[in-house]
Amino acid sequence: MLTRLKTQVPLFSMNSYTKLGEKLKLSGLSLASTHSHVIRLGRHNSKMAVCIAVIAKENYPLFIRSVPVQNELKFHYTVHTSLDVVEEKISAVGKAMADQRELYLGLLYPTEDYKVYGYVTNSKVKFVIVVDSSNTSLRDNEIRSMFRKLHNSFTDVMCNPFYNPGDTIQSKAFDSIVSAMMVQAS
Amino acid sequence: VSWRAGSLPPVMCAGDQSLFTSLYTSLAQQLPKEPMEWRRSYGRAPKMIHLEANFVQFKEELLPKDGNRALLTFPFLHIYWTDCCDTEMYKASVKDDMLRWQSTLRLDGSVDWLIVVVESEAKKKNKTNILPRTSIVDKIRNDFCNKQSDRCVVLSDPLKESSRSQDSWSSFLTKLRTLLLMSFTKNLGRFEDDMRTLREKRTEPGWSFCDYFMVQEELAFVFEMLQQFEDALVQYDELDALFTQYVLNFGAGDGANWLGSFCAPVKRWSGLLLRRPIDMEKRELIQRGEASLLDLRSYLFSRQCTLLIFLQRPWEVTQRALELLHNCVQELRLLEVSVVQGALDCWVFLSCLEVLHRIEGCCDRAQLEANCSHTVGLWTYATEKLKSLGYLCGLVAEKGPTSEDLNRTVDLLAGLGEERPETVNSLQSPYKKLNEALSSVEAFEKHYLELSHAAMEMYRAIGRMRSSRLIGKSLAEFYMKKGDPERAECFLDDSLRSYVAEGWSLQVTHTRKQMAECQKLLQQTEDYLQTSALLAGDANLTEEERKHFYQVILTFASQPPAPSDQTVALSMAAFAQLRQMQFSPPGAVVHVGAALQLELRVRCLMPVAVQVEQLAATLHFSLEQGGARGRAGGTQRRTGQEPQGQGDGVVLFPQGSSLAGAGMGASLPPALELYEMQDRSPSDSSLNSTGVVCKNMHLLLRRHDSSASLDTPTAGALPRSSVTLSLLVGLSFSLPPLSTLSVGRVQFVQSHIYPVVQYEVYSQEPQLTIEPLSDNLLAGIPQKVKFTIATGHYNVKKGDALQLSNTDSMPILHSSCCSATILSSTGERVGERALSVQSSEKVTSISLPPTPPYHTLEFQLEVLCHIPPTPFKPDIERLTNGEVRHRPKSHSQADSGMIHIDQKVSIDCPWSIYSTLISLTFYVPFKAKHSILSAGKRKYIQVCLQNVSDTNFQLADPVLTERQPTIPTVCSQQSVFCLWEMRWAKHLPLCLQCAFSASFAPVSASDAHTAFKPYRYEFQLDRTLYSLKAEILPSSGDQHCRTGALCGLEVSITRQAEPSETEGEEEESTEIEGLRTTKLMYEVVDNSSNWAVCGKSSGVVSMPVAASATHRVQMEVMPLFAGHLPFPNIKVFKYLPHSAVPAIQPDTDSCLENDTMSLLDKGLDDQGDTASIRSRGSIHSVGSGEQQRGLPMPRLEPFSPGQVFYWSQGRQVLVLPVTDDHVMEVNVT
Repeated sequence: MLTRLKTQVPLFSMNSYTKLGEKLKLSGLSLASTHSHVIRLGRHNSKMAVCIAVIAKENYPLFIRSVPVQNELKFHYTVHTSLDVVEEKISAVGKAMADQRELYLGLLYPTEDYKVYGYVTNSKVKFVIVVDSSNTSLRDNEIRSMFRKLHNSFTDVMCNPFYNPGDTIQSKAFDSIVSAMMVQAS
Repeated sequence: VSWRAGSLPPVMCAGDQSLFTSLYTSLAQQLPKEPMEWRRSYGRAPKMIHLEANFVQFKEELLPKDGNRALLTFPFLHIYWTDCCDTEMYKASVKDDMLRWQSTLRLDGSVDWLIVVVESEAKKKNKTNILPRTSIVDKIRNDFCNKQSDRCVVLSDPLKESSRSQDSWSSFLTKLRTLLLMSFTKNLGRFEDDMRTLREKRTEPGWSFCDYFMVQEELAFVFEMLQQFEDALVQYDELDALFTQYVLNFGAGDGANWLGSFCAPVKRWSGLLLRRPIDMEKRELIQRGEASLLDLRSYLFSRQCTLLIFLQRPWEVTQRALELLHNCVQELRLLEVSVVQGALDCWVFLSCLEVLHRIEGCCDRAQLEANCSHTVGLWTYATEKLKSLGYLCGLVAEKGPTSEDLNRTVDLLAGLGEERPETVNSLQSPYKKLNEALSSVEAFEKHYLELSHAAMEMYRAIGRMRSSRLIGKSLAEFYMKKGDPERAECFLDDSLRSYVAEGWSLQVTHTRKQMAECQKLLQQTEDYLQTSALLAGDANLTEEERKHFYQVILTFASQPPAPSDQTVALSMAAFAQLRQMQFSPPGAVVHVGAALQLELRVRCLMPVAVQVEQLAATLHFSLEQGGARGRAGGTQRRTGQEPQGQGDGVVLFPQGSSLAGAGMGASLPPALELYEMQDRSPSDSSLNSTGVVCKNMHLLLRRHDSSASLDTPTAGALPRSSVTLSLLVGLSFSLPPLSTLSVGRVQFVQSHIYPVVQYEVYSQEPQLTIEPLSDNLLAGIPQKVKFTIATGHYNVKKGDALQLSNTDSMPILHSSCCSATILSSTGERVGERALSVQSSEKVTSISLPPTPPYHTLEFQLEVLCHIPPTPFKPDIERLTNGEVRHRPKSHSQADSGMIHIDQKVSIDCPWSIYSTLISLTFYVPFKAKHSILSAGKRKYIQVCLQNVSDTNFQLADPVLTERQPTIPTVCSQQSVFCLWEMRWAKHLPLCLQCAFSASFAPVSASDAHTAFKPYRYEFQLDRTLYSLKAEILPSSGDQHCRTGALCGLEVSITRQAEPSETEGEEEESTEIEGLRTTKLMYEVVDNSSNWAVCGKSSGVVSMPVAASATHRVQMEVMPLFAGHLPFPNIKVFKYLPHSAVPAIQPDTDSCLENDTMSLLDKGLDDQGDTASIRSRGSIHSVGSGEQQRGLPMPRLEPFSPGQVFYWSQGRQVLVLPVTDDHVMEVNVT
């Protein structure tokens, strides 16, 4: 029939299931009590990344570390493939907008086992963080702050006069920052 | 609860059914025409909504029973229709009916009702005794709507097309809409409150998610019924989130009882079903609490999908679908639900295809193609799942499935259940696809390839090359499993290349391992060896693996070569790295025949020590133009090219990261190599321009993606022998673009070396240089000069000698102790040999000691250059070897004032048939001047000898008259003056050739060795021929001259000397009437502007050629100033009329020659000098002849200094000022 919507209510965008809970509060249907149970009792011993990579402008890895080590190759493949989406997201933002572009690219793509997040510095150095899909407690904001920390530490590395830009990163400080973000192999 | 899509909220109509039926059509049409604003609770934004309703007949049994809050069938509004206009009738039946209706509603708790009174003109006309129509409405209002008068509405003539009718319609509809909305708000609000209350009880033990699900879904249905799809979707999303949260909490250890049913083992994995608006089967399962997690998720998603498609957001469906599938897999894992292996793969595969089918069903092809990026994820996921199913069910194995695999397949297919009726008839349903794929190896391959290629195509279309290659790689793995390495190769190659290009070493290693296997199967020996070499040097592999691959190479290398086989050339990059190259000598510049040592430092990348049998390098010869630039230029360029060279001949090669291995090197962006460039002008080497040049631009600017030829070795004909340098003259060699290492049959080749390494080989012609030991060579004293012979390519043999032609002006003084030093090309002293110098009349022969090529021979000889008599005359010297050359020319140096002589030496060298001419420059240390001081007839000669050199000399025997007893010392830059008086003997010639000679020796030389050398200075003296006397006489009557007044100037010219024999030539005399006269021209010139010459100022006089002959000339001059004024200058010239014929007779010539001869130093060579004088004469004659022809004018010739004596030189005359115009200026300060 002729019934149409003249105005639209702001919608939920179902980016991730965890995000939804936050959004529902706005709709007046609070799920607050449900949340309180979640975070406290993590089966995973920390809410951290399983792989962190820094990729040069030319798309070769400057730094890549993953946990656990047996799966290293798989992470390398995952990170490498994610560059496709990174490039797509960068080019999707017009050239004119490149200045105001947000560095955080968000979820690049989910796989059955992992979620891959991306971040691009203005000098086109890419950071990629891979998180276990079962690790549902990790929020977008936490990912963002991880990237920010990573970026800061990377800037410190670049500021080191003995570091030759383009070389693989072998900095203890950077290493420790990364280690702090990674799941300790349990 | 039964509800189907497209249902509308019910409105129950009571009262006059026939009346309602007549109005129904227009009512259903009119109601949704205008939107109403719907204000909502909980801060939700108000929205405009078009209302529709399903008008149904009022039936008591349809009313919801008490407590049943089912919204779907809930009548939101009750309407009572009546067209009663008769009070009687109203009272009789209508009122009762209404009361009954009202009481039923009240019982039900429905407060949303409306009474419509329809009025029609037709009905009114029939009834005559009518009450005013309002009374019925008033009555109804009075009876039923005690406080809500708006619950009763009048609809006038609804079936007529009048404005009144329309007005009443619109007010009725507005009322209807308002009431409907009010009812919605109230009832939905109440429902939501109830629902929320129910949700808050979720922590209570008996709470069931499924029950709650049904309640909230009902709300969603209502929203959908109201066409509020957004709101409906929100309901499902909330349910989704709630469930997710529970699962997560469960995973976190906080289990809810009701979740137990969802944790039951999965028995059916039939995939999503999106073709029905509502999957009733699943809904019922949920309702009964028997749904599995997959059932619930599938149902939820199907509802969300339906709503999203209503909302025209198909791409959100695909995105959500992928998330859902990932999430379900995770949730099942989290809840530890037991699932048959492969069942989930089936479920995901079917679901992916189902979603894709659904999307394809609602979008056209163009839309689909434009949105590949949304669907490709599902395609890939489906591909992955099918692949893992294939592996699981043994469909990939070369031998085909085993019975165990078959059992598994059967179990998996059983879990799919029957095919849904919707797709039974379609040929390409997901169900059929999966069934078929799992049924046979061939079908599986077909479907798998189809999916893979589709996904790859899509990735490629949206530019996700890496993702595409990743699928390609898994395809390659599939082909390898199937034993089809040929098809695997291209996929592997493609992936490998991209990984190498982007520098992902782990992937490179992994892919390379697969590649090696593939190449091994394909028996591509060379490629396999190359890959093995790369893997053997790969730091990412374990020691054992590396050794294994190394063994592959060794095994091949040790095989006896087949006759047809040639050696295999592989890229060296994998095998070894060139680290350093060191030249000795460090400059890397050698002459032909010399040895150049090249030390290579190579890093072996193999896991074990390697015995290299041979090492060879190929050289690239480059002929360098401009051998003239010589070695110095060459080395300069070299240092510019090799900043790493650092002058010690070491060239370091940049290394890729050693961790990443060989594959890494290529990916690293090469560092900029910048060099300074200077462009100098070829003539004076001034800087034209300078700049910075990037040397490796070709590496930096190339395209990065398709650098193909990384591992392909250049398998050209490799020179197997070590390099012999053939003799190439004057060239430079740039070095090895190729170098080779061989192990058995295997050669490792490095196709080019960067930075370019080069060395230079030069060939040099023998060279002789003679240079003075001191800064300047001085003429007149013996001095040493150094002979340097750079032997170049010439081998000086025993008996080779230098032949120097002797010149008289520069004899070579040979001393007894003469030895030569031999130096090697690097400047080391090799030895010292005696040198013998033999001198004959014409040549001096210096026999050289034997010297090897490219050595330097040095010795010193003493030479002396005679000082020629000054002033020099231009003449020609004949060299002893017969060539006519210009005599050493002397030039005055402007700065030092030294005269220098270029002395040419002609040397015959043994290595050349031509004579070498070497010029030595000697400086004359002295400069002589003379001046004649006359006093009347007495004359004094002053000779000034100036030492212009830096050496001090002692001077002896300055001869002009008697001996001088003193020996003056002439210090550097000082002068010695000598003065003589002349006395005239009788009949002296008019002019006298004089020569000043002195001996000199350097002061510094010790007395014993002081050998005085002669110095001569020649000049000419003249007798006084005429005396000139001037007198200024004031005008007549005046005692003194006055300014502005004319004065007389009387000039008397007196001949002083007798005419002589030779005079005829000196003066142009003419015989007139037996009296010899000569013509003179006088001229009065006043340079200081003191005098104005009035009348004629010059004239020609004829002077008799006799002693004391006097000629007087009167002239008028006017003084311009007062005071003692010097006399004006009077000049006298010889006047030669044009008719005068130069009579140069042969006899006079010889006479002149004799004259000169007598004055010449006898020590000089006769031959040379006579030749010079003869030629001088000829030049003179030629010159005058020319003058004769070209210039028929009288000539003036000045007298030589001393020929004319001016009596009045320096005289002054007093001039008085004119009295009248006397102006006195007095300045008082």
